Amino acid sequence: MMRFFRRAAPPPSEPDTSATEAAPASVEASLSSTRKGFFGAVRGLFQTQRSLDDGFWDELEERLIQADLGAHTTGDLIEELQSQHARLPFQDPKAAELALRAELLTLLKTTGDTGLFLPDVQDGIAIILVIGVNGVGKTTSIAKLTHYFQGGGRHPILIAGDTFRAAAIDQLKIWGDRTGVMVIAQAPGSDPASVVFDGIGAAVGRGADTVLIDTAGRLHTKINLMEELKKVRRVVERRHPGAPHETLLVLDAITGQNGLMQAKSFAHAVGVTGLILSKLDSSAKGGVVFAIAQELKLPIKFIGTGERLEDLSPFDPDEFLHALFT
Amino acid sequence: MFEALTDRMQGIFKDLRNRGRLGEPEVDAALKEVRLALLEADVNFRVARDFIKRVRERAIGVEVSESLTPAQQVLRIVNEELVETLGGEPGRIDWTGEMPAPVLLVGLNGQGKTTSAAKLALTLRKLGQRPLLIACDTFRPAAVLQLVTLGKQIACDVYEEGTAARPVDIAMRGLQWGRDHGHTVAIVDTAGRQQVDEALMAELVELKAMVKPNEVLLVASAMTGQEAVNVAQVFHDKLGLTGLILTQIDGDARGGAALSIRAVTGIPVKFLGVGEKVEPLTSFYPDRLASRILGMGDMLTLIEQTQDMYSQEEAISLQKKLVKGQFTFDDFLKQMQQIRKMGSLQSIIEMIPGLNQLMKRPEMAKALDEKQFKRVEAIILSMTLQERALPSLIDGSRRRRIAVGSGTKVQDVNQLLNQFRDMQSMMKQMSKGSVPKHLAKLMR
Repeated sequence: MMRFFRRAAPPPSEPDTSATEAAPASVEASLSSTRKGFFGAVRGLFQTQRSLDDGFWDELEERLIQADLGAHTTGDLIEELQSQHARLPFQDPKAAELALRAELLTLLKTTGDTGLFLPDVQDGIAIILVIGVNGVGKTTSIAKLTHYFQGGGRHPILIAGDTFRAAAIDQLKIWGDRTGVMVIAQAPGSDPASVVFDGIGAAVGRGADTVLIDTAGRLHTKINLMEELKKVRRVVERRHPGAPHETLLVLDAITGQNGLMQAKSFAHAVGVTGLILSKLDSSAKGGVVFAIAQELKLPIKFIGTGERLEDLSPFDPDEFLHALFT
Repeated sequence: MFEALTDRMQGIFKDLRNRGRLGEPEVDAALKEVRLALLEADVNFRVARDFIKRVRERAIGVEVSESLTPAQQVLRIVNEELVETLGGEPGRIDWTGEMPAPVLLVGLNGQGKTTSAAKLALTLRKLGQRPLLIACDTFRPAAVLQLVTLGKQIACDVYEEGTAARPVDIAMRGLQWGRDHGHTVAIVDTAGRQQVDEALMAELVELKAMVKPNEVLLVASAMTGQEAVNVAQVFHDKLGLTGLILTQIDGDARGGAALSIRAVTGIPVKFLGVGEKVEPLTSFYPDRLASRILGMGDMLTLIEQTQDMYSQEEAISLQKKLVKGQFTFDDFLKQMQQIRKMGSLQSIIEMIPGLNQLMKRPEMAKALDEKQFKRVEAIILSMTLQERALPSLIDGSRRRRIAVGSGTKVQDVNQLLNQFRDMQSMMKQMSKGSVPKHLAKLMR
């Protein structure tokens, strides 16, 4: 069974992150602004020679909340560190930092595998559904995924399932031109489920091995739009049993605590398999992913780190934390 | 997920009912809960801290009034302070100077600038203006086309030159075009940018210097996290913002970012963006956002959503039926379906202050269970139209048939019929101006 669902091979241009100690320069560099932000401040806090008094814990709380981890996750983390400190006092702030990193890493690792689970190219078509609220960068993420898959030797075809937003189809087509892949689209305003149904058939007919489905952005609180998305998923399932192989939720790194509500609602409605954390090149920190990891156990699978096609990296928890803390 | 703030506060003040003054220990305990609520609403950490400090100063030593519980008293101060901080003149645009008056929309990627541009045009036209949209986002693929399409939808002129020209030149030529064609206001859509991007920021600064806008409006999503303050600060420092358009307020984000932005930059919230279709921006009311940030429900928004759902005639005819006691199962069914259109029951309940607490009672939770909802719907749908209009027709054999048809038990049908009869008589009573006793108790 697992033979058919091996972790999708990373493109050859990417270094194998599990085997090398150095993180790819691009992730390191693009996270620099996130780093300089409040995670930088967290680090600064640990580099001081101060005692671990109430002031220290208060300040740590502030830094974590500023990084959008949320009051609850932050409270849990600090409580855990304090109880560790009570059992076996940390020598200095540096020791507390290591403990915090270990806790954060545990949070990220309890979510399961961050790789993609796609059928091998020779075993049939891989179908990926990309969803999220408005403006998080779904279409751009699809363009970057296309580039990523091409690097791995796949031949993607895109389906323009966002038939609602003005010019969304054109936006996807422009990316299709830039990456040299076909975009299957119908007229604006068409029923997205039928676009997807026909699109999968057409993609199979044209010999694609990978299909990326763009969907209209929708607020997770809009019942009718969530029903529409459920229908799209049902249609994918019916058109191609076993699909979608991945349902990726795109989350803007600037999102605050509402990110948790988004993840919850989308997961409940259509079964999210992983997150794409977009726009990490801004000074936003995306700390809500820790809350999402804690509560929903959803793995982050990719991070978006810029505006170019290459600016998408497979998520690696060690590397991510390394980049945030060094 | 989170207990309503009021519930938690009630707990703190349980032992202190209507006596003396608000003491430090109680106020501090209460404000701890308020602080948590603010942080969960994405209010910036420092903004929350300063805010709590101000409330604390005002609250300690305040005499507990006869009519309010101490919890209510503290919350009232919190609320007043919030409203005061959020306040400002809503929805006003500076019209002085040459026509068309330029309005610059700026913000990060994906916050809704282009959609807001079209919505703002629609809003201003309602106020008697002749808006022109100028497409200066030459960066994002198809952004120009998006604005053109939206412009067409609302029949508003869009000035565009594709993506080859420099945004500044497009804007200047667009303004001239607007002058020549008698437009009174020009809304300039700009490329979304990350605040760290110096090059794009410089472009905006140049754009502002040349265009000399009457307004520079920041477009920001209500979902924005702690970073909102820094974003607003950078844009404000470089461009001198004059107001905020808070978008995606129709989601369930509590919108604490607005408080942060207001507190840090002092710019007022001018409009709210609601809905994915091009509809006018809505005005901003500080009191509504205040109770939303505190997670205390947003009754007025709920009422507005309900109003949107009902046409005026429908509402009037329903009212007549209620008064006359002619409310039928068909009306009931329609009501239920209307409610479902507004969102999940849970989300509706969260908008009603106090109902959250009420829902903790097992019998209430059962009554408002989604499954129960569906069962009731199935039962009604299994009735003939005649039966729905005249429930007294429904005898034993009809009950059996309805139960079989809806996959329920005869007892379920009986229960619904009884409840419906109770409801009818209750409504008759209420329409005469008297609130039934058991209901009055619930509503207190």
